[in-house]
Parts: sequence; structure tokens; C-alpha cells
Amino acid sequence: MQIESDDTMPLRTSDDVVRVRQAVRARAVAIGFSLVDQTKIVTAASEIARNTVDYGGGGEMRVEVLRNGQRRGVRLTFSDSGPGIRDIDQAMRDGFTTGNGLGLGLSGAKRLCNDFDIKSAPGSGTTVTIARWT
Amino acid sequence: MAEIPILRIGDCLLISIQVDMHDRLALALQDDLTQRIVADRARGVMIDISALEIVDSFIGRMLNNIAAMSKVLDAVTVVVGMRPAVAITLVELGLGLTGVRTALNVDKGLALIRRIIDNPERDDADRER
Amino acid sequence: MSDQENIVLRLIDRHGQRLLTDWLAYQRKDVRYAGTQREAETVELARRFLDHLRAGAQIAQFDDIETPEWRPIRELLEDLSRDRAIGGFSPTETATFIFSLKEPLFALLREELRDDTERLVRETSTTSRLIDRLGLYTIECYARTREEVIRRQQQELLELSTPVVQLWDGILALPLIGTLDSARTQIVMESLLQHIVDSGAEIAIIDITGVPTVDTLVAQHLIKTISAARLMGADCILSGIRPQIAQTIVHLGLDLNVVSKATMADALALALRRSGKAIGERKPPAAPES
Repeated sequence: MQIESDDTMPLRTSDDVVRVRQAVRARAVAIGFSLVDQTKIVTAASEIARNTVDYGGGGEMRVEVLRNGQRRGVRLTFSDSGPGIRDIDQAMRDGFTTGNGLGLGLSGAKRLCNDFDIKSAPGSGTTVTIARWT
Repeated sequence: MAEIPILRIGDCLLISIQVDMHDRLALALQDDLTQRIVADRARGVMIDISALEIVDSFIGRMLNNIAAMSKVLDAVTVVVGMRPAVAITLVELGLGLTGVRTALNVDKGLALIRRIIDNPERDDADRER
Repeated sequence: MSDQENIVLRLIDRHGQRLLTDWLAYQRKDVRYAGTQREAETVELARRFLDHLRAGAQIAQFDDIETPEWRPIRELLEDLSRDRAIGGFSPTETATFIFSLKEPLFALLREELRDDTERLVRETSTTSRLIDRLGLYTIECYARTREEVIRRQQQELLELSTPVVQLWDGILALPLIGTLDSARTQIVMESLLQHIVDSGAEIAIIDITGVPTVDTLVAQHLIKTISAARLMGADCILSGIRPQIAQTIVHLGLDLNVVSKATMADALALALRRSGKAIGERKPPAAPES
């Protein structure tokens, strides 16, 4: 597998979330994703990016464009050094239905991507990696 | 800071979301809207999202909030102009738009608001979309 | 520029025409060309190949064909493989174009280096490796093109099997045939939603007469499709529920959250009523005054 490009962007403010969306969209278009696939990865990125800003105390996103044989993909890694998630399984189950406004949206984002990985622990921050392929 | 203009069409209010929303803007919009519903005695609120390339949970929650607040003020909320790619993604995302009715465009949205205002029993907004 | 490149260069310069002729003869043994046009194209391709080989031999290493100097030859092989893959030639027939160059080239090498066996062995080995690499490259390009063709055909089949028809103003029908898996559901949703946008329909009848079984997964796909249509302002009616399916739905405790009718006719009647339309008898023409 080759890495065709690799960039990192800060994620501290709402404006950064907007920039992240634009950056992901640009790469998705360049790879040749269908409109629906573009929308899915940008939406997933927006969800995780907002989490990073709102609950992670801010962090950064790394965006890689990959090639694996015939297929090309976008891989996004969101990391923060915030409070971390105590119970990841629970967080993945809650989705938007907690009603208390948290709605981490992790499960939703997972459904929108081909690859999803999350590492987090209280006090150690959170790292979420998502990817979508042609 | 950019503001979202609120237009009046008869007894309906129309908002067109063109820019990327963030927290301050969303809160400001909800404030402005509730004030205008009361001031103009609006019976319907139409939110045009045809310019939105994505709708994430933030926007979804904002739409749900607007619908809930409008309902308390006896106004019907209709979201119009959702793009097909956005609809497909929303469904996959699993985000339910409760209390929010949807129509293809502004014309149909207005017609829908009319139908509901004239026939309250036919209101099925609480069925989740 | 080392000795080995020199010799291939020399051979092509001195015996190019003979090499071409012999090579084409070897090709013809294994490949049958339908019609003289393809035959003529192949002659032309072979000629260009030798030109590129000569150019490459002048400046490039034989060990790595991925370098920029070998690009013209790679592009020629890409075009050839693509053309053959689409044209229905077998992988062997396609690769023969390259591999059949070995014999005539080795024959020339044997003549040229008849008094230097050690060098002959060395040159033959190096040249053989180069041709092997080019041959393998050809086969890879061929495989890639075949995969593209298959993927495109699959896509077309999927799209053909999910037609959306307009039954009346504002009423669409989507007859589903076959099982509903994730890939199919995506196509169905995209097609249905695009039709809703184009026609402004507010009612979509989804007929599942042709869907063999409805289990939890299929039900989820149906629910997704119905939700997506609703977001576009169109209500759905499910029709074509066979008695077996009705039982399965109840047994599995599935809640499809949609109005369902046994037949499309019933669904259409409901759709017309909702649209405020009624079907009535035509009045017979008035009798002429006598």
C-alpha cells in the first residue's frame, strides 16, 4: 500500500471543523469517489471533528490519501489529549439517542466508513481512525 | 459574523441555510426565529437546506430544536430541498429528524404547511423520519 | 552504456526488418486474428515496439522497467492489453505478442556471438529477463482491464434490474426483483431519490412481489429506502406482500412503519385517493339530434 499524500490540520475551533470538511471533500473528489461516497466520508469526518473540538479539548486531524492496488482511499486520524472515553462500547451504542446532547455520533460515523478504529482511555485522550475506499 | 436572513411569505417564515453553521450562528438563528414566530404570528417555518452538501448531527439537532420550539409556539416546521446524497447519508448515519416534516421544494413545502394548518388531524410529524 | 545494451541496439539496427518479420511469424503461430485490420494493426504495433525497445536500449537499464525511459514501451503495452482484453483475446494470446519475440532475438544473438559462448549466455539471460518483465507487465494490464469490464457490467446489470416507473402524476412505482443486499440498496435508493427529484412525486409504491424472502436484513434495507424517500418529501406504500412474507414479518417482529398493501393495484388505488384523484365512468357521447 502506498501513501500518496499525508497532511495534518489543527482542530481547535469551529472554523477548523469547516476547514477539515473542505479538505476531506477536496481529496475525496480528487480520488474520484461518487457523490454519495464523498458525502458519507465528509459527514463522518465532520462528526468526529466536532467531537474532537467539543469533547476532546481540541486536537488535530491527519489526512492520508492511499493507494492499494487498483483501489484508492482516504484515511483520517483524529487525535486529542482530552479526558478520553471511559466505556467505548457504551459510547458506540449510544449514538444520537442519549438525549443529553452528547450524542457522540461514533456509531453513525462508523456506519458511513469502510474502516473504523478507536483508541481511548480516561486521562489518555482519544484517537479515532476512519477510512473510505473506492 | 454572518447572519441568516429570515423572510416572510404570508404567515410562513422562510430561512435559507447557505453557509457553514457553527454554534454561535445556530444559537443566534434559533433566538431570532423564535422571536420572529411570535412577532409575526407565523403558523409555518420553512427551512431550505438545498445549499447544504452535508447534514451532520449538529445540523440535525439544530433542525430538531427548531421544530420543537416552533411546535410549542404552534407553528409547523418543514425542511425542504434535501439533496439525495444527503438523504442517503442521513439514513445511514441513523439520525432521526423527529417532529420535522420534509418536502421536495419551497412550493411543495408551502402547500404542505397549508394542508396541515387547515387539517390538524392529518399531522403525522411525530412519526420519525 | 554497457556492453549488453550495445548489442541489442546493434542487432535491431542491423537486422531490424528480419527481426520484425520473424517475430510476426512466431506470433501468427499462436494467435488467430479475425480480419486483416487487426493483422495490420499488429504489424504496426510490433514495429513501434521495436523502435521503443531500441530507444530504451540506448539509454536505460534492463533491470527496471518502471523508469521514465521505458514509459513509451509501457504505454504501448497498456494500449495493447486494453485493446486485447476488451476484444475478447485470452491472456496467453495477449502475452504472446511479447514472449514470441524471444526466439527470433535469441537466434540473432546466437549468430552474432557464435564465437563468445560466455557472453552469449550472459546476453541471452539479460535479454530474456527484460522480455519476461515486459510480458508480465502486459499480463497485469490485461487483468486490470478485464476487472474494469466486469465491474462495469455488474453495475449495468444492477441498474437495469431496478427500474423506477411513473404510474401517474406524482406517483412512482419501484418493482424490486431479486434479493435486496447493501450494494443493491444503494443503487435502489440513488435511483428512487433521483426520480423523486426529477418528477416531484410525493408517493412511491415499492413492490416486493419479486423479492424471494424478507428477513431482518432485507427489512432494514427496505426501512432505509423508505426513510430516504420520506426525507425527500415522498411517502411510500409497500405492495406485493405475499402471505408467506406477511407471516415472516410478524414472526420476526419487524416493524416496517409503512402502509402496506397486498397488490400494486390496491396500492395504486390508495395513492390516487391520497392524491385527491378518483376514477370514474366516461359519459357515453350524446345521441345526435334527428
